[in-house]
Amino acid sequence: MTDLPKAPGAKKLGLVIDLDICVGCHACAVNCKQWNDGGHSAPLTDLDPYGKDIDGVWFNRVHSFEAGDHECGRTVHFPRSCLHCETPDCVTVCPTGASYKRAEDGIVLVNPDTCIGCKLCSWACPYGAREFDEVDGVMKKCTLCIDRIYNETLEEVDRVPACVSTCPVSARHFGDLGDPDSAVSKLVEARGGIDLMPELGYRPVNKYLPPRTPKRQAAAALKPSEEVAAKGILAWLDRALSR
Amino acid sequence: MSFLSPPDRVDLSVPSADEVKTTTCYMCACRCGIKVHLKDGQLRYIEGNRDHPVNKGVLCAKGSAGIMQHNSPARLRKPLLRTGERGSGEFREIEWDDALSIATGWLNDIRRTDPRKLAFFTGRDQSQALTGWWASAFGTPNYAAHGGFCSVNMAAAGLYSIGGSFWEFGEPDWDHARYFLMLGVAEDHASNPIKIGLGKLKSRGAKFVSVNPVRTGYSAIADEWIGVRPGTDGMLVLAIVHELLKADRVDADYLVRYTNAPWLVVRAPGTAGDGLFARDEKGRPLCWNKRTNALGDALSAEVSPALAGSYRLADGREAVPSFQLLAERYLDPAYAPEKAAEITGVSAETIRRIAAELAEVAFSETVTLDVPWTDWAGRRHATMVGRPVAMHAMRGISAHANGFHTCRAIHMLQMLLGTIDVPGGFRFKPPYPRPAPPAVRPAGKPGQTAPGQPMKGPPLGFTTGPEDLLVEADGTPCRIDKAFSWEAPIAAHGLMHLVIRNAWAGDPYPIDTLFMYMANMSWNSAMNVPETLAMLTDKDASGSYKIPHIIYSDAYASEMVSYADLVFPDTTYLERWDCVSLLDRPISDADGPADAIRQPVVKPDRDVRAFQDVVLDLGVRLGLPGMVNGDGSAKYPGGYADYLVRHERAPGIGPLAGWRGADGESQGMGAPNPDQLKRYIANGCFWHHELPADQRYFKHANKSYLAFAKSVGFLGSTDPIILQLYVEPMQKFRLAAQGHGPIQPPDRLRARTERFFDPLPIWYPPFEHEDAAAYPLSALTQRPMAMYHSWGSQNAWLRQIHGANRIYIGRRLAERDGIADDDWIWIESRIGRVKAQVKVMEGVNGETIWTWNAIGKRSGAWGLAKDAPESKRGFLLNHLIGDVLADGSPNADPVTGQAAWYDLRVRISKADGVPQSEPRFAALPRPPGAPEPARLLRHGARFRGRV
Amino acid sequence: MHPALSIIFFTTASGAGYGLLALLAAGSLTGHLPADATFGIFAFGWALGLVGAGLLSSLGHLGHPERAWRALTQWRSSWLSREGVAATLTFLPALAFAGTWIVAGRISAPAAALTILGAVATTVCTAMIYASLKPVHAWRNPWTVPIYLLLGLYTGALWLALLVHAFGPQFPAASPLAALLGFAGAAVKRGYWTFLDRSRADSTPETATGLGAIGKVRVLDPPHTESNYLLKEMGYRVARKHAARLRLIVMLVGFGLPVLLSLLADVSASGPAAILSLAAAVSGSLGVVVERWLFFAEARHTVTLYYGASHA
Repeated sequence: MTDLPKAPGAKKLGLVIDLDICVGCHACAVNCKQWNDGGHSAPLTDLDPYGKDIDGVWFNRVHSFEAGDHECGRTVHFPRSCLHCETPDCVTVCPTGASYKRAEDGIVLVNPDTCIGCKLCSWACPYGAREFDEVDGVMKKCTLCIDRIYNETLEEVDRVPACVSTCPVSARHFGDLGDPDSAVSKLVEARGGIDLMPELGYRPVNKYLPPRTPKRQAAAALKPSEEVAAKGILAWLDRALSR
Repeated sequence: MSFLSPPDRVDLSVPSADEVKTTTCYMCACRCGIKVHLKDGQLRYIEGNRDHPVNKGVLCAKGSAGIMQHNSPARLRKPLLRTGERGSGEFREIEWDDALSIATGWLNDIRRTDPRKLAFFTGRDQSQALTGWWASAFGTPNYAAHGGFCSVNMAAAGLYSIGGSFWEFGEPDWDHARYFLMLGVAEDHASNPIKIGLGKLKSRGAKFVSVNPVRTGYSAIADEWIGVRPGTDGMLVLAIVHELLKADRVDADYLVRYTNAPWLVVRAPGTAGDGLFARDEKGRPLCWNKRTNALGDALSAEVSPALAGSYRLADGREAVPSFQLLAERYLDPAYAPEKAAEITGVSAETIRRIAAELAEVAFSETVTLDVPWTDWAGRRHATMVGRPVAMHAMRGISAHANGFHTCRAIHMLQMLLGTIDVPGGFRFKPPYPRPAPPAVRPAGKPGQTAPGQPMKGPPLGFTTGPEDLLVEADGTPCRIDKAFSWEAPIAAHGLMHLVIRNAWAGDPYPIDTLFMYMANMSWNSAMNVPETLAMLTDKDASGSYKIPHIIYSDAYASEMVSYADLVFPDTTYLERWDCVSLLDRPISDADGPADAIRQPVVKPDRDVRAFQDVVLDLGVRLGLPGMVNGDGSAKYPGGYADYLVRHERAPGIGPLAGWRGADGESQGMGAPNPDQLKRYIANGCFWHHELPADQRYFKHANKSYLAFAKSVGFLGSTDPIILQLYVEPMQKFRLAAQGHGPIQPPDRLRARTERFFDPLPIWYPPFEHEDAAAYPLSALTQRPMAMYHSWGSQNAWLRQIHGANRIYIGRRLAERDGIADDDWIWIESRIGRVKAQVKVMEGVNGETIWTWNAIGKRSGAWGLAKDAPESKRGFLLNHLIGDVLADGSPNADPVTGQAAWYDLRVRISKADGVPQSEPRFAALPRPPGAPEPARLLRHGARFRGRV
Repeated sequence: MHPALSIIFFTTASGAGYGLLALLAAGSLTGHLPADATFGIFAFGWALGLVGAGLLSSLGHLGHPERAWRALTQWRSSWLSREGVAATLTFLPALAFAGTWIVAGRISAPAAALTILGAVATTVCTAMIYASLKPVHAWRNPWTVPIYLLLGLYTGALWLALLVHAFGPQFPAASPLAALLGFAGAAVKRGYWTFLDRSRADSTPETATGLGAIGKVRVLDPPHTESNYLLKEMGYRVARKHAARLRLIVMLVGFGLPVLLSLLADVSASGPAAILSLAAAVSGSLGVVVERWLFFAEARHTVTLYYGASHA
């Protein structure tokens, strides 16, 4: 199982995250927590939930960065979750085959019945996508809401990951990045979507759309009205205006 | 092989619920529609309701954490009676009947003697239509919700200027705006609609400019961030106005049609009529009609009004169009960008460019909708044409002592650009616009309150001159919070933040009982927390508390619970009936009016009652008019849900506008419909009337809309609503200060009233900014999007996101003072000091430090462990913010009384010692009966059989 | 990376055990070690004890130790699985080697040879678990495998020297060998630390976020204000000063002192030599435990780039 799919299907389900409009509201993170707490990997255990050392399992965490110095840069909110890489070491390092990449859609999952909780996959993931549940003793991670996207008990429109359906600014898009004609692929194309840490060669399926360069900096300067300069307020005296 | 590596069993189609119920979220004041998934009677999942007008299917972090709010260990379980000293947190559990009897005893005594001795204030309440009505029935004017310390500057400035306001009464035209200017922090209100809107706006390629000292949240995604000095936005806006006037880039046609720009203002300095509108004998305002070269009816459609010039009235006095006064003022070099640059810290070049961009978009990129419409005068227009510049502002403008005028300045800018309720501009949400200001006056004048009698009229309203003030003949305020007195003449939302101090001081008079709901007035909703705690627990010479009785209702063990004598435990939002009413704070959008209900989706497992049920029960016990039948029996025996359906505020008008009439087919007005709640539930717990396309813009002057608004009771007439560039009521207060009229301010307030009651927007430095040498930095708070006030800290999921707060400092400032990340510093203000841990950042105004609001918690409160990070590393800036200034006057806007939270000035220094926040307060005990908080949380396990 | 004691003990103990096994095999194959039963019992007991205790300790690190057997299944791709397989397989020749030595009193050359192969293979697998992890620059480099091999042999040699001096088989090279391996170990660690101090991972906060085009990337807010699994497991940071002190301790206690003691033992009579060798073995083992602690503590994972680390 730890072998990657020999002939991976063309289908590469994943997310496209628009850093240009993410306001860092954490809606995706909490809605993910909520859905998945009772979902395929239930529960997402929280330790010491009302105490000093609170520590919970989350599949999606939203960071905030500042890029650039002083006022010239940008503040960027940055949701981070599993990127469902095409060549993920988290799968190949797994000694039991519990960590695997589905051939049919590329989703990376953990089999909770065979995971021995060695944590090696979390070491092998450069992106911090893996979350260890101390109580269950197994590794958990983003399932791309596999129990939503194919869930026949949900309305078709709801068959997207929870983070996507709840995002208030529509900064998250879900689709088949293996299909060059899909909406997500076109979005990545149009906006120059990027891979995180491409130098490591994991080939993430999820793409991030970088902040756009600011627009419209140079309107023509306002020209003082000659009439106002000459007549002051009386410049408005001669206007023929009607109610 | 399958033994060695058995395939994963992935069940793709597990149903998420055996039942899905709709209701309305209450994790903040946004009031989104939600769908609650229930499985085996337990909360499984909460998602946004796609059909709902507010959130259209999305849901924020707070709403998504509702399960944890509902299951919070901080939930109160049973009524509590204080047994120890006030503030000790020592209580015993009592039965509801006993609790209500005790309260009835106190309240009966008050009502029989002097109803004003009840001060009834609600915090984050959304049932003000009920509570205000209850206060009137009781007979006390001492009622308000929390608007006075929240955003009354925005509401008042908006309602007096344009008959609407940002947030609840209006919204940007997200679909058509091409330029969006947001001023100040605004993440506090309307969070999902604004987020949805920003997403649309940016995806369409519109430009988003954020004027904000801090580059976080919405400002992070702005195309341009302008890191203005706190409290100076007004000057920035007025400089833009200066530039636009100088370039003659104002929409004169719009001004003449829809605003009072052409109305003639009397120029007779020293006389009682100076600065008031010239009116004809019927009281109609006059203009100079250029078509006839004579005075004309400014409200007539037939005139061709002048915007400039000096004219002679029939009585010989001189009058000029109000626009002339406006233009004269802002063309003055005092408002030049160079002047503004000194004040705001924003370069003159930037101010000029923003003005140019605004003008370019407004005048060169007009939006035309192919929607024919008819104006108020019956003239048909083939299209709707708009100037696609939208603006929004909220707390960041509101919470300054100059917030009213700054907000007025923004609305003035909108009017000058012709962008109010036009395609691409700012749009009213019905039932707004209303006449500016709405024709509701506050009750509570001398003679309007009497023992055993209800008050004839609502406690809150809109004053239009000294005659509307609630003051004694000698100027003494009639209300405990001094709202609608010369201290705060336009205190439209009351002044909750002044109640505790005034009640403690017996100024203007002592009270007997302070009754509060959902207001954490001993912690994050109080200014100057240490002194507030001292006032709540202070005793007189006889050993009695200076505030004799405090009744408090809340669902959770907040810090305030410990300071109450009697506690009514409320339900969570998922256990109750509730109403988001057009009579109160509606959830309408610009495309139509809307209201909503909450329905209980789960049953309480504790001995708790919804506060609204309790209020009605008390009303029955007290025999309040409207709440009892002739025989003294309850008029609404079914409690709040019964009231929602059957109560009529005026004939045919009740709390809910949808499905009225015996057959349920009427909307807006109609007889009570016994099946109304069922109809709401069937529709997802909300009602939304979609306006036809021709009513969606120019609502203030749109014949079809005005007729609709009158038909459903939103407006009293179909007259157009004239936008008020020049606000005459302000001048009336000013004239009184100048010595005119029978009701005049006390001498100590005369100069201040004259200065600040300017009918045109002004900018002045916030009062706390005066001692810049001693306290060189501004200190701000803002609410994080994932946390709403203090509620979130009890939430096991949200507190992971914000479990402690840092003080954020710009890198240049930090480097100058040798301060680095993780250092601890003292933040000192005029009244105290707080120790906090530093985070250095880039995107912040260089003279500003800031932190997330209400993350710091008192040890032991909210069901948290005593050593929780909220109390160890969290802190409040509230401890540093004076409720009064150094001279003893309120730290507030002089017009509205709005608390000036954001005027705080501080200095900083490195701190040694134990790395924990200070000041520290004694830990509060858990209320009796409260469970030991869980050490492990695995709520969702049950849904997969993995408990 | 979090220096988990179970893993530190596992890698150092089993490393020493495999080192000792390999040296026993090599020594016997080259005729330096006779198949003496008493010596054999203690030597194999100690070697296999170290290996076994180490492996048991590694199970303690697992969330589900009872499923550990599953780890033998994925040898095609997983170094951890290969390690498990190699460790298990190595027991076969090692037990045969030990059995023939102790019971039959003779050396089984094939068993010895296979024992060497198994010990080396297992140690290489262990090292490769770390050396294959792209997110950890401090591990994914050419130094990791030699360090594991060399330090396993070195600590094995220290124990061998003790056994030789205590039980008397004539193997005069034992102590000098330990000293030599100590020199080599110190040199390799010095080289590794120089490499670590002078090189940087390719990944940076800028590549981790993709925001480098805008400018330098700094953390404004972490996703959660308290700690989490990722930070506890991979966010461990050791202060530079503390690390320098510990490196010195490794050099002195782990290499310098044992080398000195080994050389002294070499020229001492058997009684004192045994005591000196014991001191050398204990000191060297402790030093290598500190070395292994640093191997984890100084290693930075790329995930820390999301949490404010300036480099990985």
